[in-house]
Amino acid sequence: MSGHPEVLTIIAAVTADAAGRLVLSGRLDSAGVALVWTPALALAAGSRGELGVDCSAVTYLDGAGASLLVRLRQLCVETGRECALAGLAQDQAALLALYTAGLESLAAETSRPHISYLEQVGRFGVRMWRDVSDLVGFLGESSVALGRAMASPGLVRWKDVWSTCETAGVNAMPIIGLIGFLMGLIMAFQSAIPLKRFGADIFIPDMLGISMLRELGPLVTAILLAGRSGAAFAAEIGTMKVNEEVSALTTMGLDPLRFLAVPRVLAALFVTPILTIFFNLFAFIGGAFVVSSLGYTLTTYLTRLQASVTVGDIATGLIKAMVFSLLVAGIGCRSGLTTGTGASAVGASTTASVVAGLILIAVADGLFAVLFYAMGI
Amino acid sequence: MAETGQPIISVRHLTAAYGGRVIIDDVSFDVARGEVFVILGGSGSGKSTLLKHMIGLYPPASGEVLIEGRDLIQAFGDERERILRSFGVGYQSGALFGSMTLIENVRLPLEEFTDLPEEAMNVIARLKLSLVGLGPFAGLMPAELSGGMQKRAAIARAMALDPGIIFLDEPSAGLDPITSAELDHLILSLRDTLGITFVVVTHELASIYAIADRVIMLDKRTKKIIAEGRPEELRDHAADPWVRRFFNRQASETEE
Repeated sequence: MSGHPEVLTIIAAVTADAAGRLVLSGRLDSAGVALVWTPALALAAGSRGELGVDCSAVTYLDGAGASLLVRLRQLCVETGRECALAGLAQDQAALLALYTAGLESLAAETSRPHISYLEQVGRFGVRMWRDVSDLVGFLGESSVALGRAMASPGLVRWKDVWSTCETAGVNAMPIIGLIGFLMGLIMAFQSAIPLKRFGADIFIPDMLGISMLRELGPLVTAILLAGRSGAAFAAEIGTMKVNEEVSALTTMGLDPLRFLAVPRVLAALFVTPILTIFFNLFAFIGGAFVVSSLGYTLTTYLTRLQASVTVGDIATGLIKAMVFSLLVAGIGCRSGLTTGTGASAVGASTTASVVAGLILIAVADGLFAVLFYAMGI
Repeated sequence: MAETGQPIISVRHLTAAYGGRVIIDDVSFDVARGEVFVILGGSGSGKSTLLKHMIGLYPPASGEVLIEGRDLIQAFGDERERILRSFGVGYQSGALFGSMTLIENVRLPLEEFTDLPEEAMNVIARLKLSLVGLGPFAGLMPAELSGGMQKRAAIARAMALDPGIIFLDEPSAGLDPITSAELDHLILSLRDTLGITFVVVTHELASIYAIADRVIMLDKRTKKIIAEGRPEELRDHAADPWVRRFFNRQASETEE
């Protein structure tokens, strides 16, 4: 557009002449209309009888200017008055005609229909119920898909499994190592202070060994997996859904669950125990720093560690890690597959995958605590 | 409606490359004010690439793009923003923002770049939408519309700030013949009443004959402009047999 807003002159103006007619003048582009819109409507609303609008001094008119004229006309219709436009140049009149040709009314709804509070509660309830039943359905379908994969491993796309192992496993090593090291260091250091007051700082390796192997190792690894890989699964599959790639798979006769979800869930199942072991190793290295700074030798630390933990501790930790990985990867793939349309739906399903993943981890962890207590391990 | 004088867009010695692969090699042309200028070419000849360089999405390997005499490529900051605001772009798939209703999509540039009161923006956005026949759908989300409607809404959004130039990438691809003809009609009436210059990438022959004042045709092999002129002229009198085949919609084997 040839308008130069940097030229600071009066671009457009509106006045009322002696006969009560509106006189518009200057450039009625978006900058000009911004100046005259409110005063013009106020003048029009304040006048009586037929509304005359004199446009002979309008030097330029575009969509914004036409909108002003349309609004003035509509104001007259609302109040049952006549509106007489005068002085429009030929091309300006043609422009106005072009804009008003297909126009039915301005009053049509421009916002979403209002939903009452009660209805919102109802909708929320229905959505929750549908989510839960979807989840149960997904659990069943994915169990079938996984079972079928176990029964005939030839059907699994192993290439995808290995590449997911790399992105979700190998590439996660640095962050897992870093967090593990810091957690071990911090746990040992924090407990060293009170334990030392009782002369019990020799028990730091016992505490570290049991808490890391049984609880924190699998838990934190699963949380990192949810944030790192579960979200990635949801975003990737969600984008595929939006691009109709999932539909393409379905119409090719390829089950999206078998094709997309099974390789990812299997990969997560393979790498999470390894990541947990890696996490624990780095946590113990972090603990070793603290313990040796307290004056104990590394041999003492290792001996205490070996004496305090059992194979059962390691095994329960790894079983938990495997179950968590199933939950996190499964929920990530499910969120991806249930994505709606549009870019914001991908964001929503990624968020949902992380939130639901974390909740499931916490719930499963609680169930494991009860289960292991009852079993006495 | 075309005013004589300085061309509104001029492309000078533009070379476009992705990495080391040259797509368009040393191309120059002008677009006159108020004309419908069509960029043609076979698949993979770099039509969309040329368009994306003309609207400043990609920096060219060399050459310059002048829009109303101002260099889009060298410009930066406020100057570049001003040039970008002087044209609108309708993307191939619409590129409407999925989280906003149609009217919010059209209102977005108005909200960001003008001081118009809320009511004025709503009226303007409604007018633009009704211009492309989407007035009653203003409150819907893009996902609730058909592909053709999304495309028309994208044109309405491109027109939000009343730009002097509108670039359209494959506007009629995937539209039925009637909708496509309506779109052609819309383009012509906008050109005639508002004097908007259109730069259109398309290969719909019917649409080219209906709207094009002038076409340039890109060649995949030489990466240059192979033909330039009015479409009827090129169909009947083009020197290159490939160009005649294109306009007569013949397969490659039938000529020789």
